[in-house]
Amino acid sequence: MSERHINIKLKVWRQKNKSDKGNMEEYALSGVSTDMSFLEMMDTLNEKLTKEDKQPVAFDHDCREGICGMCSMYINGQPHGPLKGVTTCQLHMRTFNDGDTIVVEPWRSAAFPVLKDLIVDRTAFDRIQHAGGFISINTGAAPDANAIPVPKENADEAFLAAQCIGCGACVAACKNSSAMLFTAAKVSQYALLPQGQAERYRRVEAMVAQMDKEGFGACTNTGACSAECPKEISISHIARMNRDYLGAKSTSNAI
Amino acid sequence: MTALNSKIPAGSLGDKWKNHKFNLKLVNPANKRKYDIIVVGTGLAGASAAASLAELGYNVTTFCFQDSPRRAHSIAAQGGINAAKNYKNDGDSVYRLFYDTLKGGDYRAREANVHRLAEVSVNIIDQCVAQGVPFAREYGGLLDNRSFGGAQVSRTFYAKGQTGQQLLLGAYSAMNKNINSGGIKSFTRHEILDIVVVDGQARGVIARDMITGEVTRHSAHAVVLCTGGYGNVFYLTTYARGSSGTAIWRAHKKGAMMANPCYTQIHPTCIPVTGDHQSKLTLMSESLRNDGRIWAPSKQGDTRKANEIPESERDYYLERRYPAFGNLVPRDIASRAAKERCDAGFGVGTSKLAVYLDYASAVERYGRQEAGKKGIANPDQNTIETLGREVVKAKYGNLFDMYTQITGENPYKEPMRIYPAVHYTMGGLWVDYNLMTSIPGLYACGEANFSDHGANRLGASALMQGLADGYFVLPYTIGDYLAGTERKSIPNDTKEFMDAEKAVKDELNKLISINGKSTVHEIQRELGLIMWNHCGMGRTESGLKEGISKMRALKDQFQKDVKVTGTNEELNQTLEKAGRVADFLELGELMMVDALNRNESCGGHFREEYQTEDGEALRDDANFMYAAAWEWTGESGKQKLNKEDLNYEFVKPSQRSYK
Repeated sequence: MSERHINIKLKVWRQKNKSDKGNMEEYALSGVSTDMSFLEMMDTLNEKLTKEDKQPVAFDHDCREGICGMCSMYINGQPHGPLKGVTTCQLHMRTFNDGDTIVVEPWRSAAFPVLKDLIVDRTAFDRIQHAGGFISINTGAAPDANAIPVPKENADEAFLAAQCIGCGACVAACKNSSAMLFTAAKVSQYALLPQGQAERYRRVEAMVAQMDKEGFGACTNTGACSAECPKEISISHIARMNRDYLGAKSTSNAI
Repeated sequence: MTALNSKIPAGSLGDKWKNHKFNLKLVNPANKRKYDIIVVGTGLAGASAAASLAELGYNVTTFCFQDSPRRAHSIAAQGGINAAKNYKNDGDSVYRLFYDTLKGGDYRAREANVHRLAEVSVNIIDQCVAQGVPFAREYGGLLDNRSFGGAQVSRTFYAKGQTGQQLLLGAYSAMNKNINSGGIKSFTRHEILDIVVVDGQARGVIARDMITGEVTRHSAHAVVLCTGGYGNVFYLTTYARGSSGTAIWRAHKKGAMMANPCYTQIHPTCIPVTGDHQSKLTLMSESLRNDGRIWAPSKQGDTRKANEIPESERDYYLERRYPAFGNLVPRDIASRAAKERCDAGFGVGTSKLAVYLDYASAVERYGRQEAGKKGIANPDQNTIETLGREVVKAKYGNLFDMYTQITGENPYKEPMRIYPAVHYTMGGLWVDYNLMTSIPGLYACGEANFSDHGANRLGASALMQGLADGYFVLPYTIGDYLAGTERKSIPNDTKEFMDAEKAVKDELNKLISINGKSTVHEIQRELGLIMWNHCGMGRTESGLKEGISKMRALKDQFQKDVKVTGTNEELNQTLEKAGRVADFLELGELMMVDALNRNESCGGHFREEYQTEDGEALRDDANFMYAAAWEWTGESGKQKLNKEDLNYEFVKPSQRSYK
């Protein structure tokens, strides 16, 4: 596809730190190559701001190939921008037109407080994983890898859940700021595998309890999480988690 | 010269690790909880080490600069992990994996280390499966394998094109289990800016909280660096933007030797550079060479579109030059062959710095197989292609999607354009057989050390080494050191800590106070260009000398004219980057000093003066059969060379042949 150069206007959320109120600022950028990624466009803006002795826009990013889950951003009101199954770092400027105004904001959720500009604190996700996102096996104690056959269908389905990159788009997309898709992806992965059975019910109770404690909202089956998930993780994992949770709660009062 | 003792145990190849494990001192379970260990970096090596050490009972503290340990760049590894399981019954064995890795590294690695790596490879797969890592499986429910470069057996385990992600999430889950039980304390968004050495032993680190800018002191009985490679010295690479050489470089300046810094892996199949705006390059997994065929037009300067070039005018140059291994030659060889074609005028695309990776024949082959399975007699071309594309999508879908996102082209219909890019550094901190650096109590695991890949790493071996070090080597060897140290806790307010903290703060303030005109980004780009042009795929004596003088000038410019906005007492991404670039400027210089010293070609280090008649790397075993370990003497570029001779007891090094 041939390269074009476009002029764009940006409206970007600026917030000095956690306690600052924050506001939108407008910037104009001209001659943006359509071969640039969205983050490279932000790099260009930052270089321009630096040269003008202004503070560059802080944003999270790392691998820039759609797998680390570090990048975030609402772009024109959508987590990771307009394309389906694509993270912000893989979004390219060819998606936009000359003269466009692009609105860029951080994730909005009480459980993800803004740290600066477009950077939010997602450590609540880690704490949900600490609560039960593991199979308790110590190094060195494993049997031969082929000792337990796993039906290909189950392994493939577990893989689809395990693809979650923990970016938080599901929470950002949800009107309730629910973290159900994120939590369910891990619960479901282990529930589908024989290795995950021993702790299956204990795990779902612990992870859901932590999820609630972090202040994430409840699920009302809108499906925005799955629609905006850059890895297109299916809402059916939430159904599996709910079944397990119901079963766990009806037989245990451990947590 | 400091004596380098690699501590390789005596005995036969297969007994060395076994005997060594028995001879290592143990720390009894009640005493383990009295020892504190700091692990820096939470990729495969760091996460697996932290979890395994905590399970043993040590108090572990981890640091990572990302907002979560799960985001370390191991996450981006695509193709797979090698293990000598021989599940395919195709003749694999521990010895064959050892031999392939040693040969792939062009006989510049230690035999004993590589054999140990092959031995523990089988345990890694068991461990990961037990953690719930969803590897690809066959219909019978058992694990699937594929082939990778430099091997003639199928020993690579994989999870689509996201193997690194799945393995890292497995190691992260093991960390989480130990965070939950209190064995690990995890610090995120913290960057390590110095290593503290007390009485000649590593006793802690100085960290900067990247949210508040606060500089803090952390003490421990031992420090483990698992901070990955330093390839970002080249700027345009497949590394994550935050990957840096800072922790290992600051350890180097405190006395840890850097070994073979010039050994850089340039990966053959990356999406080519398109313009000045680019911030990184993206890898197309080596697994694509299982089914894809690499070619260039057989006519120079051919401007036709790929699909318009008839079969007879395509040069499948890897299959032509290396009939035995074909498209699956090791990375250094495939990269040089692509460069050779482009330099000779056969390159494609607008830059002419690209060759094709073509899936047409794989689509055809899979399409016919599928049609056969479905009982379609005499399928038409359209049916074959549709069925074939479905198979290719199932195997490599995420990689093809990524290509489409970046280039705006459809790789199912036209061949991908690819070119080599910097991907991995085989060099790193010098470590002995116990993975201890030349500073007692300071360890380096994974890509941060130099030990197992020689001058070229084979595909799917980085994940293997990171996890081998973290799960199965360090947990044994670190006890041997700790057993000989005092158990009382290490104070973090002694003179050494206070001095190190002050030096870090002074350095941060200095970066901000320069307030010049050159942005950090401009200097980093220039640095990358110097490295690529003078220390890239082809190196020469004159080019390296010129590169070193350019690097010194650039360092000068940085010190006098860099512009860092904002303050230290806030989240300041420019300041973070400036610190990393400052270290890269010195590290890059040492890489060129090392490349200049090594008057031979081996693996990824290709000195144009030293090549065979066919353009292959020409080693000089008589003079360079050693690991070059550089010792800091107080001034950049003036490091002292220490040599660790490589003794080949079991394998006879020969000219590598993949024909």
